Amino acid sequence: MNLSFTLAMARREGRSSWRRIGFYMATVTLGVGALVAINSFRADVTAAIHREARTLLGSDLRLSSRRPMPETVQAILDSVAATGSEVSYVTSFSSMALTPSTGRTRLVNVRGLEGGFPFYGEVETDPAGSWSELQSGRRALVDRSVLVYLGARVGDELRIGQARFTIAGTIVRMPGEADISSTIRPRVLIPAEFLAETELLGFGSLVRYRAYLRLADPEEADAFAERHETLLEEAEVGATTVAQRAEDYARSLDIFARFLGLVGLAALLLGGLGVASAVHVFVKRKLETVAVLRCLGATQRTVFAVYLLQAGLMGLGGAAAGVVLGLAVQVLLPGILDDFLPVAVSPTLHPMVALAGLGVGVWVAVIFGLLPLLSVRDVTPLEALRRPFDGPASRWDLRRLAVMGALVATVVALSIAQAPHPWAGVAFAAAAAVTAAILGGMAWALTRATRRFFPRRAPYVVRQGVANLFRPHNQTVAVTLTVGFGVFVLGSMHIVQRNLLERLSLDARPDRPNLVVFDIQQDQRDGVESLIREHGFSAAELTPIVPARVAALNGRPVDELLEDTTGPRPARWALRREYRHTYRDTLVGSEELLAGEWWYEPAAPGALPRISVEEGLAEELGVGLGDAITWDVQGVLIETEITSLRQVSWARFETNFFVVFEPGVLDAAPTVYVTLTRVPGEEERALLQRDLVEAYPNVSALDLSLVQQTLETLIGSIALAIRFMALFSIASGMIVLVGAVATSRYQRVRESVLLKTLGAQARQVRQVLATEYVALGSLAGLTGCILAAVAGWALVTFLFELSFRLPLLQLAGIGLAAAVTTVLVGLVAGRDALRRAPLAVLREIGE
Amino acid sequence: MIIAEHLEQTYMSGGHPLTVLSDINLTVEPQGFLAIVGPSGSGKTTLLGLLAGLDRPTAGRVVLDGEDLGPLTEDARARLRGEKVGFVFQTFQLIPTLTALENVLVPIELRPRAADRVENPEQRGRELLTRVGLGERTHHYPAQLSGGEQQRVALARAFANNPKVLFADEPTGNLDGDTGHAVIDLLVALNTEARTTLVLVTHDQELAQRAHQVVRLSGGKLVT
Ligand SMILES: Nc1ncnc2c1ncn2[C@@H]1O[C@H](COP(=O)(O)OP(=O)(O)O)[C@@H](O)[C@H]1O
Ligand SMILES: [Mg+2]
Repeated sequence: MNLSFTLAMARREGRSSWRRIGFYMATVTLGVGALVAINSFRADVTAAIHREARTLLGSDLRLSSRRPMPETVQAILDSVAATGSEVSYVTSFSSMALTPSTGRTRLVNVRGLEGGFPFYGEVETDPAGSWSELQSGRRALVDRSVLVYLGARVGDELRIGQARFTIAGTIVRMPGEADISSTIRPRVLIPAEFLAETELLGFGSLVRYRAYLRLADPEEADAFAERHETLLEEAEVGATTVAQRAEDYARSLDIFARFLGLVGLAALLLGGLGVASAVHVFVKRKLETVAVLRCLGATQRTVFAVYLLQAGLMGLGGAAAGVVLGLAVQVLLPGILDDFLPVAVSPTLHPMVALAGLGVGVWVAVIFGLLPLLSVRDVTPLEALRRPFDGPASRWDLRRLAVMGALVATVVALSIAQAPHPWAGVAFAAAAAVTAAILGGMAWALTRATRRFFPRRAPYVVRQGVANLFRPHNQTVAVTLTVGFGVFVLGSMHIVQRNLLERLSLDARPDRPNLVVFDIQQDQRDGVESLIREHGFSAAELTPIVPARVAALNGRPVDELLEDTTGPRPARWALRREYRHTYRDTLVGSEELLAGEWWYEPAAPGALPRISVEEGLAEELGVGLGDAITWDVQGVLIETEITSLRQVSWARFETNFFVVFEPGVLDAAPTVYVTLTRVPGEEERALLQRDLVEAYPNVSALDLSLVQQTLETLIGSIALAIRFMALFSIASGMIVLVGAVATSRYQRVRESVLLKTLGAQARQVRQVLATEYVALGSLAGLTGCILAAVAGWALVTFLFELSFRLPLLQLAGIGLAAAVTTVLVGLVAGRDALRRAPLAVLREIGE
Repeated sequence: MIIAEHLEQTYMSGGHPLTVLSDINLTVEPQGFLAIVGPSGSGKTTLLGLLAGLDRPTAGRVVLDGEDLGPLTEDARARLRGEKVGFVFQTFQLIPTLTALENVLVPIELRPRAADRVENPEQRGRELLTRVGLGERTHHYPAQLSGGEQQRVALARAFANNPKVLFADEPTGNLDGDTGHAVIDLLVALNTEARTTLVLVTHDQELAQRAHQVVRLSGGKLVT
């Protein structure tokens, strides 16, 4: 290879190559921009979380129990409080809140506060300052969503159980809690001294008792937790340190950001495809030059290096611009993802992220450009004398295979690096490849079909426009691929979103219950049932719920299982969680028996009580048919045998259970009941809830339309973030489109001049152009829509296990929007070609 | 300078072997001037390509300036061309993205070792362009030049490296009569000045008259 020649040639040729394919490097810019933005943001979030770790917890240490703090633990707390540390108590539970002025109720998360929590960070309220006055009487601070739903105003009375409070203001921000959490579990803060007045704590409802500690020496927190580990564990009190809390938060946000990063990666890969397509066309145009250079004595390697160097330099330019773009977008992301952020994120420059983005961009540009560039090597010098007889032969030699291999490896490596989990990365890479292959294949097939079945009697302008899709150097497949991909991402997301929301839209389904009434005590069963009947509605049969914990598996106590570190171990969460069991004599609609037998036959005498376990849980616990589980049902140990395994479709809005007992076993256990009912009108729903709460303050009712709203908000926020990242892909598609228009500009100009000399009017020339882009746009839109429908169906059916409905109109709308955009972009980009003076045009054509 | 012995070229065309040249023997003396004439499709370009080492013959051998082209690798032949051979094409074949001067510089800059290059390439390029009458057009792109001007740039490029042999494939094929004559006059003059061996494919009987040696191809065989 001749370096000085390579450099000189690359520099000189670069002037015109830049015009030809430099533009496409903007797709690399977009891809790199997306990645740098999201990865910088990830780093920002991690930094912010660790910086404000104490704010996240609001203290140095948090202890959490399901019972009032046991005496042993309380003794420790009292002793640290006596030695310069501070302790604050927060007791929380779910309950109905009622505003008498409007008669409306809402299920809320009540928190009784005592002491100086939060020790770190400020509670923001509206009006400002109402936080400091909270403890000065029967006051409550509530989330805005609570006010809105109750139709209440600041100053109104709020009833929780038997206690009455004045709403003193709304919570704007709690340190360490993301906005989205107030949507999921709206908060009501009250002074702890009035907790007892509610008379709700004793009723066996789920209450969390938390103690927040500010230690005299904050660094002591970990040592403190370790010192009392055994004692806390015996007392069933969990301890969370600042580091753990930060870790948890950082991990879940990282997973989310990485998923968004995958959407950004898609933009970069599309950019790669854009580059490959541009280089492909570019190389075809350069074949003669290459042959001449070879004639003049340039070796294969030298010529190849000239063009590779150009691709690399342009990739560098594109990637560098991408880094700048990424840094700009990084500043926007905290605003877009605000709902999910528990702490304020301040964007800073992360040199390694920027550098990685630059490197990845150059590499992608080069590796995607390499495959089409390889055909430069196949050009023989003889072609300078005479056009090749068989066209440039692209042989599948070892080099091509190696480049293909490197390309696949690149995609997989990038995906794995970006994905939250290696397998997710592999799956993403596979999905990307399949999507690209299907899009490309469909584009190819559809163009073939168009050509084949196109009406010969169509007007001339239409035939010419369609024929243009097959002109030499056309980029029909590339445009279809990139624009189609944008449609695909937006379309499939929309389909999934619509299906999820439709599933949740209870009002549209007369057969679905929309109100869950729960925490009904044994002695309230008849009362609740008749109250619902009095309101003119029918309640489903009450479902009994018995709380229990795992005590032993096949005779081995849980403690022993947890300590055992050898071999496969049951999942920790599955061993330690509190279960809510039910018992009944039949399967319900959302269940399917997978293995074993249901207890239609009476039990054999002397056999263990029979249970049916959900398959996923059985797997987590490492148990199967015939295994024994001993349950701790509020102090009483009950040994049971697994006689069947069930599959449960959780996505259905029903009361589902991990474990179902055969009837008769749990009759004596402390039981609460839940029931479902359907109350059509919103007013009636509100009235029923109010009467329920007034008669039975401990009973809670969950209006499922609220759950629906919550999920809508949640899904909406997530969708917004994904859409934002998908914008990069769509912009990539537009760039490829504009580039394709520019590439064919000379041919187009020549044609239009020719057409004009043959007597065509400017209008007809424009019509030819319009037809071409209408065809191209519909092709891309249609391909994307079909693929989106298939992907949406697969996601809805298999991932979310819902019945599928195709929102045809909206999907068509997305496809149409893409097609219209394509036509507009094409016409605007091609506009100047039509206005050129013929002579100037003829001069340029040779170039 | 050039020796061809028993040259044969067979292409596979649509699955059938097609013999384009068979049993070609010829010798060109140093500073000689060989004209290859014959009807279209008779194999003239194919022969030129073989003599210049652009392609490998199916059988037979070519010796160029004492070097047998047969055993040379693709790259070695490229280097040989860079050093000893100049080309003029029917379709000019200037590189469209380079200016006239840059086109002329390509063969010089392709020399692998700086020591082999002429002292001051730019100056040499300008001199050559001036010699072909385009001293004022050094920074024009091919598209901004007429056909005759382009071919003159191509001539300047062909002589840039002081080649021992110049191959020209119908250099006037794409030019009108007068322009063509002017280009040929320039070509012959440059050839004489540089003492280059010239192999020229042409349709032009008058031009063939000026050659020292004429071979006529017909159906892939030499007649004469
Ligand atoms: N690669 C090839 N494959 C098949 N046929 C070829 C190939 N190259 C040249 N030919 C054929 O060889 C014949 C001679 O071609 P050429 O040397 O270009 O003729 P000329 O230059 O005399 O017009 C032509 O009939 C041409 O079709
Ligand atoms: Mg010929």
